[in-house]
Amino acid sequence: MTSPFRPARVPDPAILDNHQPLIRTLQRRGLLRGGLSLGALTMLTGCDLEDNASIQSALRAVSGFNDRVQAALFDPNKLAPEYPASRVLKPPRFNAYYDIENVKPVDGDAWRLELAGLVADKRPWTRQDIAAMPQAETIVRHVCVEGWDYIGQWSGVPLRAFLERIGADLRAKYVAFKTADDYPSSIDMATALHPQTLLATRYAREDLADPFGYPLRLRCSTKLGFKQPKWITAIEVTNTYPGGYWENLGFNWFSGI
Amino acid sequence: MSATTAALPAPAPATRRLHPVPVRIMHWTNAVAMLVMIGSGWGIYNDSVIFGGLHFSKHIKLGSWAAESLLWHFAGMWLLAANGAAYLTYGIVTGRLRERLLPIRMRDIIQTVRDTLRLHVDHTDLTTYNAVQKVLYIVVILAGISQVVTGLAVWKPVQFSGLTDLLGGFQGARLVHFLGMAVIVGFLVVHVALSLLVPQTLWAMLTGGPRVAQKGARP
Repeated sequence: MTSPFRPARVPDPAILDNHQPLIRTLQRRGLLRGGLSLGALTMLTGCDLEDNASIQSALRAVSGFNDRVQAALFDPNKLAPEYPASRVLKPPRFNAYYDIENVKPVDGDAWRLELAGLVADKRPWTRQDIAAMPQAETIVRHVCVEGWDYIGQWSGVPLRAFLERIGADLRAKYVAFKTADDYPSSIDMATALHPQTLLATRYAREDLADPFGYPLRLRCSTKLGFKQPKWITAIEVTNTYPGGYWENLGFNWFSGI
Repeated sequence: MSATTAALPAPAPATRRLHPVPVRIMHWTNAVAMLVMIGSGWGIYNDSVIFGGLHFSKHIKLGSWAAESLLWHFAGMWLLAANGAAYLTYGIVTGRLRERLLPIRMRDIIQTVRDTLRLHVDHTDLTTYNAVQKVLYIVVILAGISQVVTGLAVWKPVQFSGLTDLLGGFQGARLVHFLGMAVIVGFLVVHVALSLLVPQTLWAMLTGGPRVAQKGARP
């Protein structure tokens, strides 16, 4: 079957591989130029910094560097603190790039989870297939990049167990998600394999409500809230950087907490 | 100003500037880093305010929206931390921090406050700080260190969960990080105002200031 991540006419992925060194040198050049620009800042008071494209690209290059720093800081065995069920916020706080009235509920019976990329078994999954997997629960703090937080109780299938079941290449770099609300996102493999990373189907022991991602969403205890896509419709395991909705607009990709 | 009893030796054999080149470079680097961190921090704060009604105007924040402010903040942090670490290392290794900022005596603080209230502060000698200056410089250095530590707690509340707990959890860490900013901004207002009132201090931080005896020649 065709991957939901690919356009109808797929370009040869080798094109990207061939240009990886070029992309890297461009980034490096951006960092150098940006360093000089930052230095020149002291002499350029009064200029409108924000419209300067080279400063923007330098800041993005530092953000890429910060991705690598955070990957190094990430401890795959460090669990996020867990909390008693009495502290769970019900219902959880809604946040998206649109208002809650504009949520388009997903039909759970017709829903299928598509698989793509470096995966041995790409058969689509139903809700019943997911429910038949061993379940886990976390009660962890949800931290939004905006600065607010709440404690949520999430249960579902550990992403690690799911990836193992579908024969995913666990040495791949990225796990990417597509969603019914057109909100692509992606995480690093180390986070995908973390014990508190779940494909969540339930909140506070009940099926996810429509605004919070029914029937399936991601819940990582080690990432900011915007890295938790809801209404997941497809998962791809890949070595090609997939980006994401907010990530492409300039938010830091790794966004680990 | 009894410190002048240790009169400068007339034919100083080896002299140096009051503010050696490394200090001046680090001072102005810090100035840029602090402005970047404060302006971008205000932009980030606006997305989820701590004090209802307190918003920072778009004219004074850095970054046209949250993503840009965050990019600035997480780039500026490297400049601030690296420069701060270099400054502290330099200050400790050369003994400058101790020489300039210690000792502080309660009596001197009271005396300085009294002089200030009577508008009797003497600015002719730039080479020694009065007791209140010493206290303020120490406070702002500690606030800078605190910003790095509380910043880590806000940035990585899971990886450094022990640190975040110490600060009263994620929101506690955010609050302390905000208050640290307020201390630094308060310092900046006084610091900049005084340097404009006594421009030779500003000039000294640009050109090095008067020559002083080589360290060791002073008591």
